[in-house]
Amino acid sequence: MNSPVLSIILPRLAMGVFILFGVSLLITIGVEALAGDVCSAILGQAAEPSTVKACQVQLGLDKPAHLRYVAWLGNIIQGDFGTSLANQREVGEQIGKRLGNTLYLAATTAIFAVPVGILLGVIAALYRNSFIDNAISTTTLTTIASPEFFVGYVLMAIFAVNLGWLPAISIVDSSMGFFERLRVSALPVMTLAMVTVAHMMRMTRASIISLLASPYIEMAKLKGLKPSRIIIKHALPNAWSPIIQVIVLNLAYMIVGVVVIEVVFVYPGLGALIVDAVLNRDLPVIQGTAMVFATAYVLLFLLADILSMLANPRLRHRR
Amino acid sequence: MSDYEIKKLQKRVTNGGMSRREFIMAATAMGFAVAAPTLYSQAAYAAPKKGGLYRIGIPAANTGDNFDTGTNSDAFMINVAQGAVRNCVTEVTADGQAVPELAESLEPSADAATWVVKVRQGVTFHNGKTLDADDIIASIEHHRGEDATSAAKSVAESMGKIKKDGNNTVIFELESGNADFPFLLSDYHITIGPADNMGKIDWHAGVGTGPYSLKSFEPGVGANLIRNPDYFKPDEGNFDEVKAIAINDGAARMNAMSTGQVDAIVRCDLKTAHLLDKKSGISVLQVAGTKHYTYPMDVRQAPFDNNDVRMALKLGIDREAFVKTVLRGYGSLGNDHPIGTSQNYHASNLEQRKYDPEKAKWHLKRAGLDGLEVEMSASDAAFAGAVDATQLYAESLKKAGINLTVKRASADGYWSNTWMKVPWSASYWSGRPTADWMFTIGWAAGGNWTETFWNNARFEELLVAGRAELDEAKRGAIYQEMQAICRDEGGAVIPCFANNVDAASDKLGRPAKMGGNFELDGSRSISRWWFT
Repeated sequence: MNSPVLSIILPRLAMGVFILFGVSLLITIGVEALAGDVCSAILGQAAEPSTVKACQVQLGLDKPAHLRYVAWLGNIIQGDFGTSLANQREVGEQIGKRLGNTLYLAATTAIFAVPVGILLGVIAALYRNSFIDNAISTTTLTTIASPEFFVGYVLMAIFAVNLGWLPAISIVDSSMGFFERLRVSALPVMTLAMVTVAHMMRMTRASIISLLASPYIEMAKLKGLKPSRIIIKHALPNAWSPIIQVIVLNLAYMIVGVVVIEVVFVYPGLGALIVDAVLNRDLPVIQGTAMVFATAYVLLFLLADILSMLANPRLRHRR
Repeated sequence: MSDYEIKKLQKRVTNGGMSRREFIMAATAMGFAVAAPTLYSQAAYAAPKKGGLYRIGIPAANTGDNFDTGTNSDAFMINVAQGAVRNCVTEVTADGQAVPELAESLEPSADAATWVVKVRQGVTFHNGKTLDADDIIASIEHHRGEDATSAAKSVAESMGKIKKDGNNTVIFELESGNADFPFLLSDYHITIGPADNMGKIDWHAGVGTGPYSLKSFEPGVGANLIRNPDYFKPDEGNFDEVKAIAINDGAARMNAMSTGQVDAIVRCDLKTAHLLDKKSGISVLQVAGTKHYTYPMDVRQAPFDNNDVRMALKLGIDREAFVKTVLRGYGSLGNDHPIGTSQNYHASNLEQRKYDPEKAKWHLKRAGLDGLEVEMSASDAAFAGAVDATQLYAESLKKAGINLTVKRASADGYWSNTWMKVPWSASYWSGRPTADWMFTIGWAAGGNWTETFWNNARFEELLVAGRAELDEAKRGAIYQEMQAICRDEGGAVIPCFANNVDAASDKLGRPAKMGGNFELDGSRSISRWWFT
């Protein structure tokens, strides 16, 4: 029983390492192709040729890009993310703090959004084409179709400005208690949840409905089973694979795709860090953050594959 | 009579018997509408009180922020580094004068070329070191020399030879006289840090002599400061603690202010400032400053090498509409020279240039042209709304027979790739506290930032003469003439001066007059303000 699972995980892990390598190469090429470097970016309008030159020498930017990349690669393999070019701090330390915040946001949203998304999907499938289904579909499609910053501003206008229940901006720090932190980050969590619930609900509904036409469901109906039992006991187990995929896609999105939400709510997460780093052309920070993002993607999709396999005997026992 | 009435009202405010709203309504009824808020502040905030946690939302923060002030360029670090943690040798007051800060005195020689600076006694850094001449010299030397990476390199280089005379005196020997030398020492890049035995300073440690010491700092996120109990100015550094929060998004900053999550914000979103001002307990603060928007033309290139073409383009901009729409009224008209109405030596006798398409046509004809096709690169990196503003400019130029094509440039890397690289672009200056400094850095021939590549013999002559002139009246006349030359021959269209527009809670006390040299009381609210 071990071997089929392992035989799927190991090649994928190897593939993952290869992907990370590819990503780091692409990022380096991309950043090098951008106009300007960290020195001209920081000095901005005040840059003059001699100060830019001195800054480049001090930061080692006068060396060719491929040599700097190889040096970075050597360090990262040993777990050393290097130091930021812009503020001379350890990249690993900076990422660590921000990653904690981002994961907190993602985890809180997931705990809330995943069950709600699946439940709404099941309800919509159960009462498909009814008023309930239409109501759920309209609401979720509206939140999918609206840009997330708009959803964020609407929630902010209602809950922070008009009602005054929640803070408009989410300034979190490590000294905060659990409930205080939950309150402060409530608005970004809600925004993120509204956007992701919609995806998961649509996918759940669609995959269940597509199964409802299959012969074994018809058989169940003919046996006289209740619709809720048909869906939960018969359809849902076979629908898990696509649902798991979409859940994981959304989890990944919660980690890497929240840049705009972080900016709107002034939430100090990884997304805000990488935006800053790109503006500053701070390559070590961009690289480090991108590696974390890519790793999150690779691991989550690996998890998705394993979970769908466990949920689907046909994938577990290959003929 | 009404003077007496106002004093009576002010007294009621001081005693707590009258709210801000009541006072302003009463004062307005008595004909003091414009002065009412200031009169209220004078009364309500008679003497600074100590205590409280001051939360301030500041834009323009990023992960590159650090305490090597030579690399600082915008609001967040100016407020936190120069405005709270460190000091400079001199300070620009709300009246626009340079006064000694870490100096006890600054004495010029007769030709203003040698300056003797006495170091203030009894000042200690947050790490316990006592301030002396070595710290000041090391701090300035950091910005110049071959491997300097400071944005203030040219300023530091203009300070000439710097010598130590005992532990408490520093002598500056400039290459030529500069009556404004004390202002150079107030540059926010040139903060003073503690030198070690090797004459080096660990800038990143964030140690200074300022009213607050650094408790924690996360670049791009925020800084926590605590009061320095040994600060040398008794009436500054009034809060127990300060939380400086990086809020780059304009809407988020306005929301944080209106929901009371912060006590003050730097830089209001102009579109919604009037709404914020209506909220009770919050005041939008407007101060005329030195910031101006410019459209610099490269005067070495055709058609901008012809002054008639430049004049046509200057006459073809509708300045009134520009201030009304682009600045939403929070500003004043520019007159194609870089000295604002709030500054010393502003040439108020120069006639305000107006939108005059007919006269623009006349200038074009004189240049031998029937019409004109020009292109300008603009990006919102130059100033907020620059692309739309330039479209507006293009519309008003049409009546003068000039066809302006607006080319949208990338905001990313705008200053290194577009500005001063293309013949005509949009730009801005935060301005400088003195006329000489502004002219030297932005207009002198051959300067790194002379964005018009202009070279005017008379202007150059006056620039040198004005710098060393210690006679106020003569100096004034020189700067008047220079402004006229910029206006009538210079290569930049300067449609407006933008006010500093910030917001603060009415619970905060502040001096009756706020500094206009930077946003939010010269970026010194953390030092100067208090809770009433």
